[in-house]
Amino acid sequence: MLSRLPSTCDPITGMPHRVDHLLIAEMVSIGSRVLDVGCGDGALLQLLGDTRSVDGRGIEIEPEKVNACVARGLSVIQGDADNDLNDYPDKAFDYAILSLTIQATRFPQKVLENLLRIGRHAIVSFPNFGHWEVRAKLLLTGRMPRTRNLPETWHASPDAHLCTIADFADLCREMDAEVERAVAFNSAGRRLPINRFIRLQNVFGEKAVFLLKGRSA
Amino acid sequence: MNTALRQATFASSQNKICQPSSLPAEFAVNAPLMLECGKYICPLVVAYQTYGTLNSNHSNAVLICHALTGDQHAANIHPITGKTGWWEHMVGPGRPIDTERYFVICSNIIGGCMGSTGPASINPETGKPFGLDFPIVTIADMVNAQARLIDHLGIDQLFAVVGGSMGGMQVLEWSARYGERVYSAVPIATAAWHSSQNIAFHEVGRQAIMADPDWCEGNYLEHGRMPRRGLSVARMAAHITYLSENALHRKFGRNLQNRDDRSFSFSADFQVESYLRHQGSTFVDRFDPNSYLYITRAMDYFDLAADNGGILANAFHGTKTRFCVVSFTSDWLYPTHESKAIVQALNAVAANVSFVEIDSDKGHDAFLLDEPEMFATIGGFLAAGARKRGIA
Repeated sequence: MLSRLPSTCDPITGMPHRVDHLLIAEMVSIGSRVLDVGCGDGALLQLLGDTRSVDGRGIEIEPEKVNACVARGLSVIQGDADNDLNDYPDKAFDYAILSLTIQATRFPQKVLENLLRIGRHAIVSFPNFGHWEVRAKLLLTGRMPRTRNLPETWHASPDAHLCTIADFADLCREMDAEVERAVAFNSAGRRLPINRFIRLQNVFGEKAVFLLKGRSA
Repeated sequence: MNTALRQATFASSQNKICQPSSLPAEFAVNAPLMLECGKYICPLVVAYQTYGTLNSNHSNAVLICHALTGDQHAANIHPITGKTGWWEHMVGPGRPIDTERYFVICSNIIGGCMGSTGPASINPETGKPFGLDFPIVTIADMVNAQARLIDHLGIDQLFAVVGGSMGGMQVLEWSARYGERVYSAVPIATAAWHSSQNIAFHEVGRQAIMADPDWCEGNYLEHGRMPRRGLSVARMAAHITYLSENALHRKFGRNLQNRDDRSFSFSADFQVESYLRHQGSTFVDRFDPNSYLYITRAMDYFDLAADNGGILANAFHGTKTRFCVVSFTSDWLYPTHESKAIVQALNAVAANVSFVEIDSDKGHDAFLLDEPEMFATIGGFLAAGARKRGIA
């Protein structure tokens, strides 16, 4: 449960809160220390600060977005998931969050390893390449599918490592990371009432959020 | 220029150096300032400028720390050169460091030559200029002198300490030494230690000054002489390091200066040569050569990690200060990886740190220039801090 109900929009940009952000806000405990990797314009950090009183930090690759964050009063450094996570000490944060970014990293496994090392928990969200619409488009057109969630052509997309919910679950198992929660949702923002059944999530979820914990933690 | 005229020129520039003609407040105190080298300065004079108004609870003070060849005239007409302040883009009404909102203080560093105690000051023991009898000062000594000034102004905590290059070193030193007195810190285009390459460049400058026969083993003021050529060469060499290959190429290319063809001589055929000579010769009118030696030395000695058991993070242990670290892509004198080392150290102690690398091809000098992205970063950072701090 949220400690305070968030307003429905980001106070700075006026944009509605993203569904995955609201889901993440539910997973984060009050007053915790959070690192948001690929924090964009700081919307999630702002939401977590406003509703969960977190002590937040961000990493963002685009300087204009870093500036937008800094102007909100957030502490954000310019950098990226592939290169700058190595510099953080172990268990520096309660949560290390990577939202809708892991598919665009160069070395997803290394990034996930770092998230599990830096945070007591890691929260990772990603678009599900196993969604039925993606499967259908590939099957019927024979071309890389373009959907609401994956709108770009294969050559223009920054997504180098797309995966399905089942793939990601496999990687977690391989890396001996404990899946504390996994929630799939569709783009209308409805979470799917099938969270116990990963096969169904993998077909009907457009995106997913995983709350993870390193076994050694 | 004949000798008599030249002597008259630098005599007059020396007068100006001793008595700045703008509105510098001077803060003098007879309690000795103990220095890292074990010696002391007494009396201590710190010349400074202020802009804006200190609010009733003294919470809106911003200290600006100047770089090697800067001074306290950050945002006013310079009394010697007649030019606008060295940070006029950054400091002023409605600027990122908004003088309508903040009370801005900029002081001349000790060892400098614009009114604060330095090697050109009179040694009370001899009645002559100190010259090389002036003790070696460090960045920490400069900051300790500034802290005296801040005490004198009745300010417990500075809202921000801001500076680029050597000014950034002072910002770091302030944060490490007086962390509880620094609400926010903005080190720009700087490093937590001086690199071997930077020490090397400084040594070239110092040797150029000391090789000039007019330097007179540091006693040129007594002899009525001035190592103009040496200081000028030092400035020319240093100036190259403040720019970038691209910036030089864009500004000058291989263009010739006031001529259609090469002169087949060693006169300043190329615009870039003419520019550097101009930089060198104008610098000499406003800067004391011995100050140049002392200040470059202070920068060379700066190593905040070594001062803290070899681990930079130790310098910031338990810090509550909010940091905003800024670097520039084309700055090869204080490259981005130096700023990142600062950020890493701050991360290691869970400090509140923001960092931006500004895309600019203007080299190290970019921090002094019109860089809208830098203004957005620093203006936004300070404004957000001011909201938290309740500064109207």
